[in-house]
Amino acid sequence: MSLPDYTKISQGIVYDPANGIDGEVRDIWILDQHIVDAPTDRAIRPARVIDAQGLVVMPGGIDMHCHIAGPKVNTARKMRPEEKRRDKQMPRTNIAHSGTLGSVPSTFATGYKYSALGYTTAFDAAVPPIGARHAHEEFDDTPCIDKGFYVLMGNNHYVMQSLMQQEPGKLKAFIAWLLNATKGFAPKLVNPGGVEVWKSKQAGNVSGLDTKVDHFEVTPRQIVGGVARAAAELGLPHPVHIHCNNLGMPGNWETTLETMRALEGHRGHITHIQFHSYGGGEGDENTFNSKAIPLADYVNSHPNITVDVGQVLFGETTSMTGDGPLGYFLSKIYGGKWFSADTEMESGCGITPIKYRNKSLVHALQWAIGLEWFLLVQDPWRVVMSTDHPNGGSFLAYPQIIRLLMDSTYRRDILKTCPPEVRQRSSLADIDREYTLNEIAIITRAGPAKILGLANKGHLGPGADADITIYTPNENAEVMFEMPRVVIKSGRVLVEQGEIRESLIGKTLHVQPLYDIEMEADIQKWFEKYYSIRWRNYPVDLSYLHQSCVIPTRHGDLQG
Amino acid sequence: MTSATTQAHAPTPSEPGQLKVIQDATCTFCGCVCDDIDLTVKDDHIIEAKRACVLGKAWFLNHSIEDRPSCLVEGQPAMLDEGYDRAAQILTQGKYPIIYGLSDSPCEAQRVAVSIADWIKGTIDTTTSVCHGPSGMAFQGVGEVTCSLGEVANRCDLIMFWGSNPAESHPRHFTRYSLMPKGMFLPNGRKDRTCVIVDVRKTKSAKAADIFIQIKPKKDFEALWTLRALAKGVDLDPDQVQRETGVEYSVWVDLMERMKGCKYGVIFFGMGLTMTRGKHANSEAILALTRDMNAFTRFAAKPNRGHGNVTGADNVVSWRTGYPFGVNHSRGYPRFNPGEYTTSDTLANREADCAMTIACDPLANFSQPAREHLAAIPFIALDTKETPTTRAATVAFTVATYGINTGGTVYRMDDVPIPLRPAFPSPHPSDYDVLTAIEQRVKRILGVQG
Repeated sequence: MSLPDYTKISQGIVYDPANGIDGEVRDIWILDQHIVDAPTDRAIRPARVIDAQGLVVMPGGIDMHCHIAGPKVNTARKMRPEEKRRDKQMPRTNIAHSGTLGSVPSTFATGYKYSALGYTTAFDAAVPPIGARHAHEEFDDTPCIDKGFYVLMGNNHYVMQSLMQQEPGKLKAFIAWLLNATKGFAPKLVNPGGVEVWKSKQAGNVSGLDTKVDHFEVTPRQIVGGVARAAAELGLPHPVHIHCNNLGMPGNWETTLETMRALEGHRGHITHIQFHSYGGGEGDENTFNSKAIPLADYVNSHPNITVDVGQVLFGETTSMTGDGPLGYFLSKIYGGKWFSADTEMESGCGITPIKYRNKSLVHALQWAIGLEWFLLVQDPWRVVMSTDHPNGGSFLAYPQIIRLLMDSTYRRDILKTCPPEVRQRSSLADIDREYTLNEIAIITRAGPAKILGLANKGHLGPGADADITIYTPNENAEVMFEMPRVVIKSGRVLVEQGEIRESLIGKTLHVQPLYDIEMEADIQKWFEKYYSIRWRNYPVDLSYLHQSCVIPTRHGDLQG
Repeated sequence: MTSATTQAHAPTPSEPGQLKVIQDATCTFCGCVCDDIDLTVKDDHIIEAKRACVLGKAWFLNHSIEDRPSCLVEGQPAMLDEGYDRAAQILTQGKYPIIYGLSDSPCEAQRVAVSIADWIKGTIDTTTSVCHGPSGMAFQGVGEVTCSLGEVANRCDLIMFWGSNPAESHPRHFTRYSLMPKGMFLPNGRKDRTCVIVDVRKTKSAKAADIFIQIKPKKDFEALWTLRALAKGVDLDPDQVQRETGVEYSVWVDLMERMKGCKYGVIFFGMGLTMTRGKHANSEAILALTRDMNAFTRFAAKPNRGHGNVTGADNVVSWRTGYPFGVNHSRGYPRFNPGEYTTSDTLANREADCAMTIACDPLANFSQPAREHLAAIPFIALDTKETPTTRAATVAFTVATYGINTGGTVYRMDDVPIPLRPAFPSPHPSDYDVLTAIEQRVKRILGVQG
C-alpha cells in the first residue's frame, strides 16, 4: 500500500470566513480532491509543497449567476461573430483547446478563463427545461470548473395551472420532478407570468405583481409565493432564484419590494438586483434615479432574502435573458439585431447587443446603483458579486469591481467621469465604506456557497473540496485578483500565473428532491397533450453528466 | 468527452426470430426529428416503423447492415487500426486539412470532429454551408424572432411557407407541428389556421394552402421587400410591384392584412429562398420582415432544416469555436469566413491539401472544380454506405447508422435536443468510435495532452 499523497499549501495568509479565519498564516493540507486536517503523525511529509509565504489563500471563487451554457448562450455566440475577431485570441496549446472570447466566450474559453481568474464553480442562471440536455452537453465541453444550472419555471404552464387550481401538492411534485428530469440545481423565476403574456400578444407583459396572466388567471405574486413555499417544503439547498418583473423599467423598485414581500418570509434570492432598483416615472428616463437605499433597508431587516448585484461595467456586451418582453424592449432601444425565441409550455428568450456608456446618465446610474448595493447591504453574507455575465459585463470584470469596492478613491475617480447628476440621483458619492479582503472572500466564495447550500465549497476546512486560489497581494486589488498565482481545482494545480497547466472537466452539481411518484401520472397527461416531444425522451439521464454530484436537500433525495 | 453518452444507449442484440419493439425511437431522416416512432425489430431488421412518414419508413425499413469491410485503404479491405493510423497521418501531414459534413452524425461524434480540427489546425465546415448557410449569415446581421415547433402547434394561426415544400421534404411537418395539430389555443386544429404558401412553382405542398402565391423566379427578395414596405405603410406603385414580383399588388395587400391580423404567425422558409438569387439577402429580408411584424402582432420565422442533425452541427461547432460553420484554425484559433473557409470554396480554390468527409457525399453534389480537387488529394471518408465519395477516398470507413444502430443526441430544426434509441447493433464502428480513434492518434503524433 502506498502512503497517502498529501499536498500542503504552506504558510499562506488564509482568508476563510466560513471558518472565522481572517488573514491568518496557516498551512492547508490536501488529500486527493479534498482539504483534510494536517496528519497527526508528524513524520508524514507531503508529497508536494506549495510555498505560499506572503501570498493570500482563499477558497476558489463561486459565480452563482452567469450565462455560460445552453440554447440562449449558444445562440448569442452564433449571433456575434464581429466581436470575436477583434478580441484577444485563444490559440490551442498542447494542453488546452482553442476558443474565442468576445462577450460570450466559447465553452472551452469559458472554463479556462474562469479558472485563470481563480473561480472553480459557476452556475448558469436560466436554462429552459427542454434545453437542459443541451446545457449538459456544453458543460461537458466547459473544463476546469464545477457547474450547475437553474431551471426556468416562472412561466411554466403546469406551475401556473397548479396555482390556478389551488393544488400546492401538484406544484411541489412538479418542481421536484422537473429538477430531477433536467438534472438542474434550483428553480428559477424570470419575469414570472410576464413571458407567458408576451407569447400571447404583441408587446405583452405583466405590469406588476398583481396583474393576472391571460388564460391562467394567476398573478406573479402567486407564482413567487407558491414556488417559494413549495421549494421550502422540498428543502431545496437553493430554494428559488428570482428575476423580478419589470426589469430595467424606471420605477420598478416597487415591483422588487413587492416581490420580496410575496416571499412571505420564505427564503428567496433576488438576482441582478441592480436592474430592479430604479425610481422614476413609468417609462420616463428623465426622472430615473436610484432606490437602492429603501430596498437595501428591506433586505437588511429581512434575513430570508439574499441578493446578487448584476453590476454594470462600461463597454460593449450582449444582453441575454429568459425575459422575452425585455429582449423586445431592449431591441427597440438599441435598434440592433435581436433574437427572440418562445419555448413551448416553458419559457422565452431575448438576446441583443448593448453598450453601456459612462456618458449616458442612465448607464452611469446603473453602474452607481450596483456599487450602492454592495456597499449598502450590511451583512456581506447576503450580497453576492455578479455582473449577470454577460448582461452587465463579463465575469472577467470581477477584479475591477473588487477594486471599486476596496478603494474609495478609485471609485470616486471613476464617478467623476460620469454625468454630475449621478451624485444627486444616487447615494454613491456619500458612501466611504471600503471592503476588506475578508469581505471580498465572503461575497465571491463563502457567501455564495452558503446561499447555494454547498457544504463542501466556499471554505477551507477539513472535508471541503480542494478548490483553492492563491493570490499575490498587491496594493491595487484589480491587479491582485486578475491573475492568481496558483489555482487548484479538486486538488490539482490547473493554473499558474494565468497559464493553464492541466485541464479537467469538472463535476455537475444538481439536486434530486424526493416527490410523490403518484403525481407523475398527472404531469404525464398534461405533458403529452401539448409538448412536441415525447415524455420518455424529455428527461436527461446521468450519462450526459461527466461527473454527477448530487447536493442533498433537507427533506430527502431520490436515489440513483 | 463523455463516451458514456453513446455507450449508455447502445442497442441490445435481439434473440433470433424474436420480435423487439423500440418505443419512441427518433427518426433522423429530416430536420423534423420525429421522436414518436415505434420500431419493430426482427433478426436485425426493422419490419415496422409505426407513425413514420413515407421518408421515415424508407429510412428505417430499407436499412440493412452493409456487407462490406468496415475499413478500406486505397480501395482494399484493411484492419481498422491500419485505417486509423493512415487517417491520422494524412490529417497531420497536410498543410491545409479540411473536415466536412457532420449533419448526419450525432452531437457526440461532431464534438470529436471539432476536436480533431482544433488539434490539426484544420478547417471545419458542415453541410450548413451549402443549405442554410445564408440563413446563418443573415441571422448574424438581423437576428431572428422564432419559437419552438410546439409553440407553432399551440399558438400559430397563420402558417406560411416560403421556398419550402414540406409535403415532399418534411412529410409530417403539417400533421405533427404546423397545420393540423389541435393546439392549446387552437382547439379546432386546421380549422383555426390559415396556411399561405409562397413559391416559384406549384409544389405538392401548394394544395395544403388556403392561399398559394406563385412569384416570379428569383424575385423572392423583391416580394419580401414589398411586404416590408406594406407593413411600414410605404406607398408603392402597384404596377411596379406586379412587374417585379409577378403577383398582383392587391394579393400582397391582402396578405399583409392577414399577417397583421393574425394572433401569432410563423414563416417557415427553405432552400427555395436561401439558395436562389439573393441568398443571404433573401434570408435577411424574411428575418427582418418577421421582426417588423412584431410591432403589430406576434410573429416568428424558422428555417426548415433538412438533415437530421444539421442543427446539432451548428450548435456543436458554435459552442466549441464561437462560429456556426466554415471555421478555420490555421492560426491555432478559430476564424470564420463563409466564402473562404467553406468547403465548396476551399476545394474549388484548390487550397485544401487533405480532407475528411463525414456522412456526406461531396463527390456527388459539389461543383466540378471542387469535385476534381477533392479527388486529387488524399482524403478520409466516413459513411454508412458506399457512395461516390467513399469509393474515391484514400481511407474509407463504413460506419454504423445513427438512430438505428447507435445512440447519441440530435437537435431538431428548432434547436430542441433529442436522444436516439437505436434498434439493433451493427458490426461496423460508429462514427464516434472512428473519430475518437483517429483523434487519439492525431494527439499522439502532435504531442497533445489535452
